[in-house]
Amino acid sequence: MATTTVTHPGTIAYQGRRSWIYEWLTTTDHKKIGKMYIFTSFLFFIAGGIMALLIRTELAFPGVQFVDAETYNQLFTIHGTTMIFLFVMPMFVGLANFIVPLQIGAADMAFPRINALSFWMIPLGGLLLYSGYAVGGAANAGWTGYAPLSAQGGAGLDLWLMALVLLGMSSVLGAINFMTTIFKMRAPGMTLLRMPLFVWNTLVTSVLLLFAVPVLTAGLMMLFIDRNYGGGFFDPALGGNPVLWQHVFWFFGHPEVYILILPAFGIVTEILPVFSRKPLFGYKAFVFATSAIGALGFSVWAHHMFTTGAVYLPFFSFFTFLISVPTGIKFFNWLATMWGGQLRFSTPLLYALGFIALFLIGGLDGAFLAVVPFDFHVQDTYWVVSHLHYVLVAGAVFGIFAGLFYWFPKMTGRMLNERLGKWQFVLLFVGTNLTFFPQHLLGLDGMIRRIVDYAPNPGWPELNLLSSIGAFVIALSILPFIWNVFITLRGPRNAPDDPWEANTLEWATTSPPPSYNFDSLPPIRSERPLFDLRHGLTPHAAAALPAGPTETHDETRADAPEGSK
Amino acid sequence: MTADTGVIAVPHQEHEAGHSGGINTALLGMLLFIGSETMFFAGLFGAYFNARAAALSQGQTWPPPGLENVIEPGIIPVVATIILIASSFTMQWGLWRIRKGDRTGMNRALAVTFVMGAVFLGMQAFDYYSLVIEHGFGINSGIYGTLFFTMTGFHGAHVFGGVIGIGIILLRGVAGQFSGKHHVAVEAVSAYWHFVDIVWIFLFSTLYFLK
Repeated sequence: MATTTVTHPGTIAYQGRRSWIYEWLTTTDHKKIGKMYIFTSFLFFIAGGIMALLIRTELAFPGVQFVDAETYNQLFTIHGTTMIFLFVMPMFVGLANFIVPLQIGAADMAFPRINALSFWMIPLGGLLLYSGYAVGGAANAGWTGYAPLSAQGGAGLDLWLMALVLLGMSSVLGAINFMTTIFKMRAPGMTLLRMPLFVWNTLVTSVLLLFAVPVLTAGLMMLFIDRNYGGGFFDPALGGNPVLWQHVFWFFGHPEVYILILPAFGIVTEILPVFSRKPLFGYKAFVFATSAIGALGFSVWAHHMFTTGAVYLPFFSFFTFLISVPTGIKFFNWLATMWGGQLRFSTPLLYALGFIALFLIGGLDGAFLAVVPFDFHVQDTYWVVSHLHYVLVAGAVFGIFAGLFYWFPKMTGRMLNERLGKWQFVLLFVGTNLTFFPQHLLGLDGMIRRIVDYAPNPGWPELNLLSSIGAFVIALSILPFIWNVFITLRGPRNAPDDPWEANTLEWATTSPPPSYNFDSLPPIRSERPLFDLRHGLTPHAAAALPAGPTETHDETRADAPEGSK
Repeated sequence: MTADTGVIAVPHQEHEAGHSGGINTALLGMLLFIGSETMFFAGLFGAYFNARAAALSQGQTWPPPGLENVIEPGIIPVVATIILIASSFTMQWGLWRIRKGDRTGMNRALAVTFVMGAVFLGMQAFDYYSLVIEHGFGINSGIYGTLFFTMTGFHGAHVFGGVIGIGIILLRGVAGQFSGKHHVAVEAVSAYWHFVDIVWIFLFSTLYFLK
């Protein structure tokens, strides 16, 4: 456990016997597990990115030059599955693993060993997914795995199914862990409405995971039974219905969209007030909007299925539009937070601003898709590809880099190089728009996705070439980041405890934190305990601590002045 | 956790749990897990009602022709159902015993529950055997067979998991663990067992009676 390093002489001797590798393999420390999540998912990000480059290389020119159709089908399937289930999800879980216990003033997660189990399922799931390549071809039915196409195909698809079941279990256990941690482990004074917005977003994300992922698991099991035991779930000849797969998949798949973006919302919401030197505008509105997005996320799944003709269009169209309301509230609150602030254009803020600008594009072209006639026109075209990548690259990935630059000093005790960070931001910003903006035009023009070749219609080769060049610019932008992390980790520890003059509890401890997280906690009288502490709105941290675990905190609370709420 | 080190004065969950007086952390984890399991079975029930509604809306019968009388609430399913529902009561009896600090009483109740769970699984296996061998009705007998065996099969797997859980807390009880204050594992397994029982009530009414 985390606290064993403190005073026991025997413990220290025991620590000395432990090798570095044994320590990391067996750790239950949420900070180490968080780092392993981040490192592992970054490796998968590179793997998925290389596949994206192969896809864009093939599409750079009309005709089939570089990979054949079957390889191409496997590439976009594994690219999508990797980026969603093995990169964005575990990356956010890793950040939340490191940050959430610190932000609520806890010593660890509620279930540290289950936390380790959740992590170790990720590389195992990745191994299952990729082992498809060793048994005659990986899955090739797209990351959505639509039946009846997914009912065909070789063992790669079964491995894909089992990989997703495993990764889903990891997510469900992680969600239970986060919810329990947030409900039960908050420090005294940390009421629900004083929790940092990143914690709120993690909480809502966990609720979505808890209720959406098991439905996918049920669907995956049905498909597995169809494929291997002669089941008839998705086979009309046996009385089944292929559209059932789409219902089950998107009942998970739409909440999944918010699972992929809400943590990024949380990161941006943490960063903006800190780098604007202003309190967050509309804290409670953010909490409400986040919860509303989570709740509405369960009522819109069939907007992915307008063209099946099997769903009630007005209902799902209306509820999809309705989600723009809480999202719009967030946008206005973000802008109002920055309004009149003293902006510090450090890399985290740049990424947060890039997120706001580009996610707006992704959100708006998503709202277009809620218009049923328009959706019929662009179903399965590059408009959809463009939309989802504006949401996931410009949204989730920008949010991830914002969070990595923001919390890197806390995780490692070292500040990332700002100059390299800004170069990376410029490259990624340009690359993202260069890659995905032309795809809007291709989609409007009717270019269908998931096909290895395309007709050399007027304008298509040029737009596709632009898009492919953009993909390489994105790849290029990752190199300064890797170099940045490399030289920073070799450099000295130069990060103070609170380098950004931030508001939340993770900055109250050392950088990096000790294994037990906090020597002392400041009193928590508002949603900005560190701001209160810096400006003398609460007594000094030491005074607020009880002498021992037996003393209650109510006594120390009573003499603390009201915070700046 | 930290009390013996005497260094860190950070409030921990012991404090917070005592402070809030809320639900036990481990039990909350189990209840959330049951929530996710509910969604898993909801997915399977969704598939069932989707197939049923599709058949009825196309003017076909449900169950499909030729299978009307395969799934009947005969002696085996009914007795198995009574045993499983009764085992929920014996489980609760064991929980009440340990809440009062009576470990021996709990062990007795858990042993009875364990046997009842195992008997349910045995009867389910026998039922499967007769369906497959005598009626030739299997998981590949069209959507109706697929649904029946998938839903009852996953439920059986959950009963199996529950029996293992009961076995573990029974062994721990026999080894002298648990007291009137500390028995969260019994609370958690009990909650899970009731959940499995309730799922079966829904399954039984849907598959055997609603049709």
